[in-house]
Amino acid sequence: MTPDLIYGLTGIAVFGIGLVGALCALDRLRRVLALKLCSVGAGFLLVVGAWRAPPGVPDPVPHALVITGIVVMVSATAVALALIRRLQTLEAEDER
Amino acid sequence: MSVDLSPITLAIFVPLFGAIMAFLLPRAASVIGLATLALTTGAVIWLARAVLTGGAVVLPLGGWGAPLGIDLRADGLSVAMLGLTCAVGFLVSVAALDSLKGAQQARQRQYFWPLWLLLLTGMNGVYLGTDIFNLYVMIEVIALAAVGLTVLSGSRAAVQAGLEYMYASILGALLFLMGVGFIYLQLGRLDFAGLTGAEPTGALIAALALMFVGLALKTALFPLHFWLPAAHANATAPASALLSGLVVKAALYIVLRLAQYMPFPSETLLTLVGLMGAGAVIWGGIQALRAERLKLLVAWSTVAQIGLIFVAFARAGEVGLPESWKAAALLILAHGIAKAAMFLAAGRIKDEIGHDVIRDLDRSPIRPTLAQFTFALAAISLIGLPPSLGFIGKWSLMEGAMAAGYWHWVAVTMAGTLMSVAYFSRVFAGFLRFDRVRAPVGEHQGWALADAAPLTLALAAIGLGLLAAPILGFIEIGYPFGVAP
Amino acid sequence: MMDAPLLPLFILLTSLLAAPVLFSLPERAARLRTGINLGMAGLKVALVAWLSLKVSQGVIYDLRFELLPGLEFKLQADPLAILFIALSAVLWLITTIYSVGYLEHGPHRARFFGFFSLCVAATVGIALSGNLFTFLLFYELLTLATYPLVIHRGTAEALRAGRIYLIYTLAGGLVLLLGTLGLWVLAGTTDFVPGGVLAYVVAVNPLAAQLLFVVLIGALGVKAALFPFHVWLPIAMVAPAPVSALLHAVAVVKAGAFGIMRVVYEVFGIETAQALGVTAPLAVLAGVTIIYGSLKAITQDDIKKRLAYSTVSQVSYITLGVALASPLAAVGALAHLIHQGLMKITMFMVAGNLAEGLGVKRVSQMDGVGRAMPGSMLAFTLAALGMIGLPPLAGFVSKWYLAQGGLEAGQAWVIELLLGSSLLNAIYFMPMLHRAWFRDAAPETTGAPGRPRIGWMLAVPPAATAALVLIAGGFANAPFSPLEWTRFIVAIEYQE
Repeated sequence: MTPDLIYGLTGIAVFGIGLVGALCALDRLRRVLALKLCSVGAGFLLVVGAWRAPPGVPDPVPHALVITGIVVMVSATAVALALIRRLQTLEAEDER
Repeated sequence: MSVDLSPITLAIFVPLFGAIMAFLLPRAASVIGLATLALTTGAVIWLARAVLTGGAVVLPLGGWGAPLGIDLRADGLSVAMLGLTCAVGFLVSVAALDSLKGAQQARQRQYFWPLWLLLLTGMNGVYLGTDIFNLYVMIEVIALAAVGLTVLSGSRAAVQAGLEYMYASILGALLFLMGVGFIYLQLGRLDFAGLTGAEPTGALIAALALMFVGLALKTALFPLHFWLPAAHANATAPASALLSGLVVKAALYIVLRLAQYMPFPSETLLTLVGLMGAGAVIWGGIQALRAERLKLLVAWSTVAQIGLIFVAFARAGEVGLPESWKAAALLILAHGIAKAAMFLAAGRIKDEIGHDVIRDLDRSPIRPTLAQFTFALAAISLIGLPPSLGFIGKWSLMEGAMAAGYWHWVAVTMAGTLMSVAYFSRVFAGFLRFDRVRAPVGEHQGWALADAAPLTLALAAIGLGLLAAPILGFIEIGYPFGVAP
Repeated sequence: MMDAPLLPLFILLTSLLAAPVLFSLPERAARLRTGINLGMAGLKVALVAWLSLKVSQGVIYDLRFELLPGLEFKLQADPLAILFIALSAVLWLITTIYSVGYLEHGPHRARFFGFFSLCVAATVGIALSGNLFTFLLFYELLTLATYPLVIHRGTAEALRAGRIYLIYTLAGGLVLLLGTLGLWVLAGTTDFVPGGVLAYVVAVNPLAAQLLFVVLIGALGVKAALFPFHVWLPIAMVAPAPVSALLHAVAVVKAGAFGIMRVVYEVFGIETAQALGVTAPLAVLAGVTIIYGSLKAITQDDIKKRLAYSTVSQVSYITLGVALASPLAAVGALAHLIHQGLMKITMFMVAGNLAEGLGVKRVSQMDGVGRAMPGSMLAFTLAALGMIGLPPLAGFVSKWYLAQGGLEAGQAWVIELLLGSSLLNAIYFMPMLHRAWFRDAAPETTGAPGRPRIGWMLAVPPAATAALVLIAGGFANAPFSPLEWTRFIVAIEYQE
């Protein structure tokens, strides 16, 4: 087992855990967190793709991709959280 | 770095700039919005002329060029999609001017324009992109803007539906991203050209499967359609029109492109795609028959129609793909125009008579005649009755399936057609008033300038059927299916 | 004389363009609406007369527009088209007058006349279609345009009837789409060509050709009310009288019968179809429908239902004449297309008058109506006797040729069938006539004598069509009579 394979499989596993959570979790917040896990898993995979055996220099392209991915995910998370808050307010209003 | 003024860059950066301006200057948002749309449409026309005279146009962004840099590329199919987006978008914008003019809609008006222009940026980016990571970013942009539009009305149902849509959309995008990662691991490249001719290894097939599932989730292909009906039915009318007419098409378009550049792994998978489409046609039809509200019915019809597009895609198996994509593209265009018209008309009907319960449509003392007429015209195209564009699409679907001896796809299409007749005729019966309400009726109440945009769209959906031959000729420009560009 | 290659298109547009105008007129603009209606209908008759003259001189009209590579929208004016289009133009004019009178104070007239116009436009389109694809286009339009007319009254019964009508006809339309596609895939063209386009396919793959025949005839049989697809027709009788009249005489049923002619003569070609062995079963099916329709008609008490079953029976004469594959029978079939239209429209308009003027809707209420409404009942009597086949009325002419054709084709059973059918016709029409003329009126149907019960707009149209029944039969050999024109067509289709 080479390190990159281990990293890669970990990435896939993390993505899988996130996927299960996103599909099965009932709580809204948990589902957002599960989606975050998915993105971390995908990021893992890309970073592994950049890795080269020591004399080699890591490929910079995937790093750039991961950074972009993180930025995208941050904004997506922000929107999701804002929606959840809004929904909670609306529900609280309806109950009153 | 030189700033090269190309219609391709304009088509992406004009809406982006417009979105920012509309956000910063909310008072002038609608003016900015319309101006942006007009400019973008101008850029697309410019681009269309260039493509028409000189074939596909490629623009290496910043002069870098693939594989390191990002190429933007416009061929017949992408320009057709851009044209669909701009034309439908422009008319929906005009309709939005009217439907968002109320005093209590100030907040909606403030956010509608930036979100919609951002959405336009994302979609134009998808249609011009040639790099799958770029596509990932663009579909995320689309997702965020589209969710924003879904929850625009601020009602609890809309926010709930929007949140579900958000989850589905992010998950879809992340599945796509995972596929992108796999592909990079395998090939070390992310541009379309780099995908061409790659050996279909296990990892690549897994990547393709991941990306397909992600896109199916975004385009709401059965059985991953669960989020769509609520989201599209609860949004405000112009938002519904954009979501149903345009947004789902972006993911569909990526599926077409992937099938163009990556070898489709096997006949069985293609059949599976067709079966999912068939499931959508049947299930969407059944649900539309049961829907109690007009907008929900229209939303379920979108599910069924998306399914039909996938059936068109799979209609003649792997050998038929170089022809089948054209049938799918025709159906995409037809559905985009007709569904936007139908959602706008449904919104108008709801505005005029105050509700959209199908059973009580004929009990209202007000007759939004023109909106009803528009709805009927749009339905003609969606059902696929001649001479509409929808008919031409359906005709090429069935013709190809029949010629290849794939009778089951013909049967599915026919069943879908019958069901669409059945569910739309529920609405038609509600349109014909039979004096069940003995109220003084102003004969042609409910005509308004707001009907102009949806009516134009509906007439286009029917009339473009007559121009099917030139449209088909156009989308083939610079698009040698299965051959490296 | 001026030459106008776009003449067929203008004829189509007279009613197609009238529709949106009529839709947008306000309900109270009755005079303007009537003016447009009658003006357009009159214009159409004039244009059709001009077109007939040109076609009889051998001018060829052929308009094409390519929709998809090889797939054309095509209008052509051949003698067969003229036959149908002339029928629809003349009867549209007459029915329009009748409808204006019938719906004088009814609601939703703008809508009614708009769809009425669309319906006629579709019929004209069907007549002028130069290929099966164009035919399909107008066939679907016809379905859509007639549905609102069938449910015009808006009662629960009407809505139910409309639903059944829609299911049958749209399913038929869909099967026709399948057949058109099949023809396109098999033959590479959908054009109507005398002698057919399938000779090669029949030689290579007779099974596929037979299947195609079944699909196409089945699809068209729905509108032609061929047994067992006739169910919708009697149910659709809830429509207002002018709609029923138009549906039975010109539009829907005739579109089906006309389509069967086109398919047998110009898609398959009569010789090819005969060689394929599909005409004989079709003839038998038509024979079964003729007898079945008549038997069902006897048991109906509702006047319009009785007439509806009579239509089921009578329209199949046309199919029978086509399927017998003999030139004489073809003459009979084509002549019957016109003659049945004239007779049946008369009867439906009179049925409408009875309901309007006297409230009579059932055969058992018809006692003495002849004295209350002598003019209308005289027209009805002429038409009924024509249906039975009494010389020299129109129905006799077509039956005579059908019988001759049966002999020519060596199918003697046709004679017996026709005699039996005439007998059955007499059994269900004679009691109506007997009640109307020879029984004493029931108290509620006798009003003040001498006062007209209906306006002239209701009284004149059936009288006019009844007169045409007489003329078409009595002057069958005059130039430009339906029969003469029919012989012209048959010479083309049998390529003599």
